[in-house]
Amino acid sequence: MKIKKTEIVPTYAEAFAMWGARAIVTADSGRWALTAARSMTGFATSVIGCPCEAAIEREVPAAQTPDGRPGVSVLLFTVREKDIKKRLMERIGQCVMTCPTTACFNGLESEHSVSVGGALRYFGDGHQSSKVLNGRRLWRIPVLDGEFLVDDLFGIRESVGGGNLFIMGASASATLRAAVAACDAMAAVGDVFLPFPGGTRSGSKVGSKYKGLVASTNDAYCPSLRGAGVETQLPDTINAVYEIVINGLTEAAVREAMRAGMTAAAEKGALIISAGNYGGSLGRYKLDLEDILGGAGQHGA
Amino acid sequence: MALELTLHTQPEVPLEAECITPQRVAGLAAPEVERLDAMHGNRRVKLGDFFSAAGKGANDIVLNGDLSLVKLIGAQMAQGSIVIEGAVGMHVGWGMSGGQITVRGDAHDWVGPEMSGGRIVVHGDAGHLVGSAYRGQASGICGGEILVHGSVRNETGGAMRRGLIAVGGDAGDFTGVNMIAGTIVVLGNLGIRSGAGMKRGSIVSMNPAPLLPTYQYACSYRPLFLKLCLQHLRGLGFAVEERHINGRWRRWSGDSLELNKGEILLFQR
Repeated sequence: MKIKKTEIVPTYAEAFAMWGARAIVTADSGRWALTAARSMTGFATSVIGCPCEAAIEREVPAAQTPDGRPGVSVLLFTVREKDIKKRLMERIGQCVMTCPTTACFNGLESEHSVSVGGALRYFGDGHQSSKVLNGRRLWRIPVLDGEFLVDDLFGIRESVGGGNLFIMGASASATLRAAVAACDAMAAVGDVFLPFPGGTRSGSKVGSKYKGLVASTNDAYCPSLRGAGVETQLPDTINAVYEIVINGLTEAAVREAMRAGMTAAAEKGALIISAGNYGGSLGRYKLDLEDILGGAGQHGA
Repeated sequence: MALELTLHTQPEVPLEAECITPQRVAGLAAPEVERLDAMHGNRRVKLGDFFSAAGKGANDIVLNGDLSLVKLIGAQMAQGSIVIEGAVGMHVGWGMSGGQITVRGDAHDWVGPEMSGGRIVVHGDAGHLVGSAYRGQASGICGGEILVHGSVRNETGGAMRRGLIAVGGDAGDFTGVNMIAGTIVVLGNLGIRSGAGMKRGSIVSMNPAPLLPTYQYACSYRPLFLKLCLQHLRGLGFAVEERHINGRWRRWSGDSLELNKGEILLFQR
């Protein structure tokens, strides 16, 4: 299958079940909201080595936030349900509450929830108080510039992590242009985020020759290792590969992001688009590239 | 279809009609509703002796007439709606836990005693002891919202534990007396001795107020919860201005004779 001149490899991305939450970080200015959100999403690229995966979903206009101030929507995912409360507590407590003028609200309505503000309130050392508005409990924690307001409950839901695309091209610079175009297109899709810095590079396989290492470089897709005794998956025309990992609150959102990403990368001249999987033995979701694009054949020729 | 009850005979003494609540009339035909018991002074009477019913008992009840001598409407109400197209007597919404009562006119004393949820909206004025604890009880309302668009008299929110009371006009004396927690917002003026004996909670006013000497000035700031609260009230039809939502508030802590964890927030002009 092809999109214009870009070959779409007949394969699928293997994705996993994760647990997701959405936090709306607000502040007196967009600058401080963004500062807190960036801090909250630091060191959250991959659960291979980070306690969670998180990224900024989008900036939220003041008119759409609970307190009418500029906001930033953050998505945060963990592998296990029992971990998500702790990760939210850590990051809201250490990265948002510590940032000037901020507040943090739940951004996900769900039948499942965890008490985050109800745990962070103890920072108030007995001076905290709660208010219930429209059935929603908010905790007021006194801080040195006023009060930190945080929702008691944050909704969580089963989500999809590990959707991915391999963008391949003739040079690193040209391939990066295509990958960035894909990232930009995917960022416009709601309910998803790209956990890697800037959305791309990553590229690891499961396991290693070294004992105890759970992941290592994906040598089959390293152009520089072609002919170095690895079973390369790359044709001779390929000199660079960028992987984009896509996490989403729903499978539909991940599929839509992958469709948008593939289309945008093809527009920017990617030579080949593929995806990573483990033979279907590990993940719950098989995101077939051709199926996502609407079937085999020529697209946009 | 709503059940409609129209007062045809004005009671000479207060009529206690706690049967006028959705869960008591649900599924009853109009004649059955008229056969429900009420108390006229110390005499047991039938509701039909004073009201004529139309329609069928349902989640929604509409009441017509001057009901200022009819007490306990909406008692123990857990769901549905009651609309009173005029004034209403004491104890409206007693023990209410859900649904909404709307009073188009004035309400007498003791609006929403022992309330734990739901919403009471009074478009006119209300009397004394709105949302307050009954004498001898430990706490007043434990949840829900009482929204009075007019003014209220004394001891609003006395010993309230949770919930929101909003007053569009002025409040009398002893607003929030012995308050345990919760929020009282008065868009007009507070009377004297507001927050006397308060443990926790918030009393908010848009105007300067005489404060007890057991309240200590804390600071001038923009409490974010108040912004959300005022936005909420504006959405419910209260005349909250943008300058209030985004303005600065002077905070006093008290009552130092009690836990000293309450606050009175007065708008800084």
